[in-house]
Amino acid sequence: MKLLVTFSRKKGREPIIAKVVLETGVLINVERAYIDAMEGEVLIDVPDEDYMRIRDRMTELGAIVSLLEHAIRRDEHECIDCGACVGVCPQEVFSFDEDWKITMRDERCVICGKCLPACPHDALSLVQ
Amino acid sequence: MEKSLDLINTRIRDGDARVVTAEEMPAIVAELGEEGALKEVDVVTTGTFGAMCSSGAFLNFGHADPPIRMEHLWLNDVEAYGGIASVDAYIGATQQSETRGEDYGGAHVLEDFVAGNSVELRANSRGTDCYPGRSITTELVLADLNQAIMVNPRNSYQRYDAAANTTDRTLNTYMGTLLPGCGNVTFSGAGVLSPLANDPAFQVIGSGTPIFLGGAQGMVIGEGTQHSPKTGFGTLMVTGDLKEMRQDFLRAATMTGYGVTLYIGVGVPIPVINLDVVRSTAVRDEDITTSIIDYGVPSRDRPVLRKVTYAELRSGTIELNGMEVRTSSLSSFRKAREVAADLKHWVEEGRMEMVLPVRKIDAAKSARPMRVTTHTPLVREIMDYEIVTITEDDEITTAAKKLLRGATNHLTVLDREGRLTGIVTTYDVTKAVGGREGIRYVKEIMTRHVITTYPLEPVDVAARKLKRHNISALPVVDPEGKVAGMLTAIDLGKLIGRRETK
Repeated sequence: MKLLVTFSRKKGREPIIAKVVLETGVLINVERAYIDAMEGEVLIDVPDEDYMRIRDRMTELGAIVSLLEHAIRRDEHECIDCGACVGVCPQEVFSFDEDWKITMRDERCVICGKCLPACPHDALSLVQ
Repeated sequence: MEKSLDLINTRIRDGDARVVTAEEMPAIVAELGEEGALKEVDVVTTGTFGAMCSSGAFLNFGHADPPIRMEHLWLNDVEAYGGIASVDAYIGATQQSETRGEDYGGAHVLEDFVAGNSVELRANSRGTDCYPGRSITTELVLADLNQAIMVNPRNSYQRYDAAANTTDRTLNTYMGTLLPGCGNVTFSGAGVLSPLANDPAFQVIGSGTPIFLGGAQGMVIGEGTQHSPKTGFGTLMVTGDLKEMRQDFLRAATMTGYGVTLYIGVGVPIPVINLDVVRSTAVRDEDITTSIIDYGVPSRDRPVLRKVTYAELRSGTIELNGMEVRTSSLSSFRKAREVAADLKHWVEEGRMEMVLPVRKIDAAKSARPMRVTTHTPLVREIMDYEIVTITEDDEITTAAKKLLRGATNHLTVLDREGRLTGIVTTYDVTKAVGGREGIRYVKEIMTRHVITTYPLEPVDVAARKLKRHNISALPVVDPEGKVAGMLTAIDLGKLIGRRETK
């Protein structure tokens, strides 16, 4: 499952992710990272069964950890099931079902935001 | 072997016409054979639901007191054309709001009207003896209008080119978001359900053909603008009453970076009167081919990357340059099915009878490009042929001297073979002198990723490159790869001077 980890640089430059990987032995996949002078925001993917452990340890180390679920919202009234989102998503979140309706596997979403401007009907938004 | 239209209409009136959608037809023909299908099927319904920019509506507002002859008018800040009588106007789908830009436009006005929302009309006039009113502002709903007649000059393309992008940046086009390096392919059109793909010879679709338009019963006026059936791109001009339309089948949209467009559902019922119609309605996605065009080339004649069928496009992935590329549809196949299904019910319930064209549509025509009588300025006409060059191993002090002596702000960095390797600007040199110490050579400060132009590139296209990359000059590279000159923002000024002196 995906976790959004935010940490402040004020608390020093401790390598939180590397530390947690070494301590727990859990392999963490970094899917997106945004780091500037004062703070950092990293989106990581961890195995479901290790979620609690990772969250608790990172929190102890001073990070704010939030579980990312249903990151993207689709307004079913606005959506006309065209499929403009299908090809632009790097994570293959969107696909057609057998009735040519859009289905979403939003657990794959890494909130890159590419689909938002690609939707002609302004039907997609980020939940945050 | 033929079947008369009278027989088909009698069956429709009696409620026992056999109506199928164009998606069902290929299997029926495969099962019953062509003659069997002709006997069995009376009407084939088609449908499409996609972006149709060339759409709009004629509106009549009735007269105010004192009456006004509206010269300029806006609906929710979207300008409508008022050069027709005093209270008539045409609102075009792609016209953008003067206050909200590409987020709102003519298509949104149409959707707001259909949804029952109130729309602000603002108009002005110079005032005449018979029409003394000089300005008016009022809130209107669709029911307040005498007429709201949709007239779409070009709808329902037979098929449409698919799009990809070979450049290294994302393009925002009317074909949607095109990812760099052919990262995706976008396409439009309902393939097997497309009205004109089911009658490419215009045997039964022509002026007067009853249709489904935006949820209302409409009519084909005749050939659409840019109608080009000879090249496989036939179009229709259609009309229908906006007051009878439904929001389900009429949706405003914005293609980011391109602008506003209207998604509308169009469906045409095809009476099965002979074997030719049976054959043309048996068309499948596999039989309809189109081209994938490179939208990275900013020219009318964009290169074809490959031919492709709608079956391949709709499969979700296609192969392009040895890579598997995902496809994105811009039109909705689910909604196209709904259009064809609704139309099927109308015919089954006897609410729509078949009519043969009152006037045939030319099936052999092809559209021509614009004849341009004024000259399109090219880079070579305004570029600076005098360039000052330097090599990357030269010292920065040499660069400074060359800039001064050459009275220029840009130095072209060339390698021993005279090939372009970078560019150095006055700003780069200043920064090196005023910034951190120890920088000595041109190679430490030059820009290596250089955006270039070429002598025969239209100036408009080169100017867009300057703007997009926020840079002040483009080296002009000739077909042999040699630097022939430099195009700077100052050179663009020459063009303005030239326009003014004409």
